[in-house]
Amino acid sequence: MADKILAKDKLPEFLAQLEKEHRVYAPQLQGDDYRWAPLEQAGDVVWDFSNTRLSPKEFFFPQTECMMRFVNDPADPEGMIMKPEEPLDEKRVLMNIRPCDAKAFGVLDLIFCQDDYTDDPYWRDKREKTLLVALACNDPCPQCFCTSVGCGPHSEAGSDLLLVDLGDKLLVKVTSERGAAFAEGLEEAGEDDQKKAAELKKAAEDKLAQNLTVGTDKIAQKEVLELFDDPMWDRVWESCLNCGTCTFCCPTCHCFDIQDETQGKEGRRVRNWDWCMHWLFTRHGSGHNPRGTSKERVRQRFMHKFKYIPLKRGGEIGCVGCGRCVVLCPVNIDVREVVNQMNA
Amino acid sequence: MFNPYLPYPVRIKEVRVETEDKSLKSFWLEFMKPEDAEAFKYTPGQFAELSVSGYGEIPIGIASSPTEGKDLLFTVNKVGCVTSKLHNMQAGEVMGVRGPLGNHYPFDRMEGKDIVIVAGGFAVTTLRSTVVYMLHPDNRDRFGKITFIYGARTPGMLLYENEWSEWQKRDDIDCHITVDQEFPGWEGLVGFVPTVTEQVAPKPDNAIALICGPPIMIRFTQPVFDKLGWQPEQIVMSLENRMKCGIGICGRCNVGPEYVCKDGPVFTKAQLDQMPKEY
Repeated sequence: MADKILAKDKLPEFLAQLEKEHRVYAPQLQGDDYRWAPLEQAGDVVWDFSNTRLSPKEFFFPQTECMMRFVNDPADPEGMIMKPEEPLDEKRVLMNIRPCDAKAFGVLDLIFCQDDYTDDPYWRDKREKTLLVALACNDPCPQCFCTSVGCGPHSEAGSDLLLVDLGDKLLVKVTSERGAAFAEGLEEAGEDDQKKAAELKKAAEDKLAQNLTVGTDKIAQKEVLELFDDPMWDRVWESCLNCGTCTFCCPTCHCFDIQDETQGKEGRRVRNWDWCMHWLFTRHGSGHNPRGTSKERVRQRFMHKFKYIPLKRGGEIGCVGCGRCVVLCPVNIDVREVVNQMNA
Repeated sequence: MFNPYLPYPVRIKEVRVETEDKSLKSFWLEFMKPEDAEAFKYTPGQFAELSVSGYGEIPIGIASSPTEGKDLLFTVNKVGCVTSKLHNMQAGEVMGVRGPLGNHYPFDRMEGKDIVIVAGGFAVTTLRSTVVYMLHPDNRDRFGKITFIYGARTPGMLLYENEWSEWQKRDDIDCHITVDQEFPGWEGLVGFVPTVTEQVAPKPDNAIALICGPPIMIRFTQPVFDKLGWQPEQIVMSLENRMKCGIGICGRCNVGPEYVCKDGPVFTKAQLDQMPKEY
C-alpha cells in the first residue's frame, strides 16, 4: 500500500477508530521518565520524547506472569492437576513505539516461536493481539547505536505502521498486512511529504554516524571458542555487579525463571524475569555451578546476544542498539566498547 | 493451541527404593488420560520434566523403553526441593510429566554397528532404556554386538539389578557389571569403570560408544578410548544442566550456543570438542 498522510489534528478520529477494538498505550511522562501507560485522550500523545526508560517487552513478556493454576488439594478429584491460564482478553495498540523496540519483538519471535514444539503460547497470544504503530526517530539520542546492529531510526522491521513526524502531519508507512487495514481511509502522501521524510531519515542516520558505532562483522567470522577464550573477558567482568539492570531494561533479553507458588488451596506456576548474570541462574542442586564466576556470567551475556543468537537465528543479532543499558548501567559498562573488543 | 509448558497429569503406580542408602528411588508413572499416553512418543536418550505441583519441575532421563508399554519409568536422586518432595510421595498420588524433551541417542547412525555402553553410577538410567530397546526382538537385528559395562561404588548402589541380572544370562549382550572395591557377598567384577573398560578393550571398528557417568569417570574413561583408536564422532555422551523451560527458550541450560534441553542432551564428543567447557 502507498504511504499515507495523517494530519495531527485528525489524530483523535484515527485513535477513535483503533479504540473500537483495542486499548491504546503510549509513552507518557511520569516523574522524570517516559513510561508506557494507557492513553486516555489524543492530546496526551507525545511526539518529542527520546525513548521510554524500560522497553515495552512487558506487554508480551510480563515481569511476572501466571502460566497455569491448580487446586492445591490431593483430595479434590481435579486436585494437583495444572490448568493453563486464560488467554489475553483485550487487543492492544502500542502507539509511538520506537523502531528499535519494534524490531526487538521480531527478534524475540524467532526465539519464543522456533518450531512446532518450541512455540510459546503466552508470547504468541499477546503478539497476535497487539498492533505496533511505530514512530520514526528524527533526533536519535547519543547512546543509540541502532544502525550498527541492523536497525535504523526509520526502520520498518517489526511494526505494523511506521509514522514519520513531518511537523503538523505524519507520514504513515504501512509496514505489515495487519497495518494496512488501519491506513485504508487515509489520504495518499504527496511527493513533497515523501521527500521530507527521506531528508529526516538521512539527517537522523548522519547524526547516528557521529555516535560511537559498533562493528559486528568479525564476530560473525570468528569461531565460538576463539571469542570465548579471548583474554578480553579478564578485564570486562571486573566492574560488573551482576545486578541485572541491563537485562531488565533490554528489549531483547528474555531469560526467565519458573516457580510454583501456593496459598492455602490455591496453587499456580508463574514465570518471572531472571538474569543470566545471577550466580543462582545455573547452579545445580548438587552445588555445581557451570558459570560459577562473575567473569563466566558476564561473558555469557555478551556471547549470547552477539554470537550465539546470530549463529542459531540466521544472523539476527540479539541487540537492537537502543542504548538503554549504556544509560542505566550503574558501573558504566558500555556494551558498545565490549562488542568492539569482541570485534577486534 | 498446544502448550509445551503444560504437564500431562500422571499417577504414581509404583515406587521402588533402588539403592541401599535410599538416595535413589524409581517411579513407575501411568498417564491419567489415554490421549496423553498416545501423544507421548519417545526414543531412548530423551528426558522429561517431572512436575510436582506446588514445588516445581525437574529434568530426568526416561529410564523405561517405549517397547515396555505406555507407563514411564524414572529414577530420581534426592537432591533438593522437588526431589525431596517426590521421594516422600507414594503410589496413587498425582503429579505431572512434560515431554518427551531433547534429542535421543543416534539410532540411525547406530544401525549395523557394534554398540559399546559404558555407564557409571546413576547415569545408567537412559542407558537402561537404550538396552531394553535394543534387546527387544523387533530391534535386536538392527545392531551388531552389544557390550554393556556398568559400575557403581558398592553392590547396594547398583540400579536395575532385576534387568541386568537377566541380561547376564543372555548370549546377545556382553555384560560387565563392576563395583569399585571388594565387597562381602559380591561375586562379580571388581574395579573402577575405566579400568574394566580397558580390560574389555572394545574395538572401534564399525562401532559406536555411548558413555554416561559422573565427570570423574568420564575423565579417566576417555583416554582408554583414545588409546584404543576411537574417533570423536564415534563417542556419544549425554549432558545435564539446570533447566526450567526445557524447550530452548529461557536461556539457562546453554553450553555455548547449544541448549542442552533442545540441541542435546545427547552430543557426540566431536560436537563437545567445539563447545566451550562450561558444564
